[in-house]
Amino acid sequence: MSVLERAVVASGTALVTVAMRRVDPSAHGSLLDVLSRLGVRVLPNTAGCFTAAEAVLTARLAREALQTSWVKLEVIGDEISLLPDGSELLKAAEELVNDGFVVLPYTNDDPVLARRLEHAGCAAVMPLGAPIGSGLGIQNPHAIAMIAESAEVPVVLDAGIGTASDAALAMELGCSGVMVASAITRCRDPETMARAFALAVEAGAAAWAAGRIPKRRFATGSSSFEDMADFGARVGA
Amino acid sequence: MGCQQPAASAGGSDVAVRLNGEPRDVPPGTTVGDVVRLIAPQARGIAVAVNGEVLPRSAWSASVAPGDDVEVLTAAQGG
Repeated sequence: MSVLERAVVASGTALVTVAMRRVDPSAHGSLLDVLSRLGVRVLPNTAGCFTAAEAVLTARLAREALQTSWVKLEVIGDEISLLPDGSELLKAAEELVNDGFVVLPYTNDDPVLARRLEHAGCAAVMPLGAPIGSGLGIQNPHAIAMIAESAEVPVVLDAGIGTASDAALAMELGCSGVMVASAITRCRDPETMARAFALAVEAGAAAWAAGRIPKRRFATGSSSFEDMADFGARVGA
Repeated sequence: MGCQQPAASAGGSDVAVRLNGEPRDVPPGTTVGDVVRLIAPQARGIAVAVNGEVLPRSAWSASVAPGDDVEVLTAAQGG
């Protein structure tokens, strides 16, 4: 098994996203064959698209090629930041939803845009934690929590994750899952990191379900001051 | 590479198309499917756009026309 395959298995993921690119006649082996052998769902994405028109065409091509109406919708505003272009993203989402697609949009951490995408009929919202590949983790946890609290569709933290604890935090904020690439594919030992992520997502989801204590500014002792021994003047003199 | 090309019709000159951004000359009567099989013999997991529009597999028997811009795409790692 290649590193990719071992990482996919170790992560326990049920879904892997793929980009749509020109066929390379010199490539050996097929990514699709590998993923099919591993029994994971293939989710095409529109990575690299800058306009709604490009993204819609790419999604339709992906549906033809992979025989799925699921699409991870990415429409970016510039090549440096790779941040989503909200305006084009929303336009593409509306058109694809109307064309029968199951749309999972990669979006920013703006709760207003997330709500618009949900109301447009997207099947989930996928806010970024930080720019793609940055490994910075969740830059604005309050915004992610806001999105997770008000969304009635699953929220998947997508982009910027750096290590396993970021994924645990995403789940503790109310996300239903995380999408990870660079943190696993670019680290020193992808298979081990993939397993770490599987554990982190499980831990974070359990912590969320358990209903954590609130954060306080001052201490609340875990033992009371009553019924303590009185050692008298002999101690502490 | 083992792919079959249709016989050139008498008197016809090659049709100039673009395939994945590269110029390509093909015999007259070449279909979209023929062009796809030039670079993807098994044609699985493939989608085709001609002149910026999706061409479903059911329409791959159409002949290519001069100047057609053919893009043949498949899944690649990344997102």
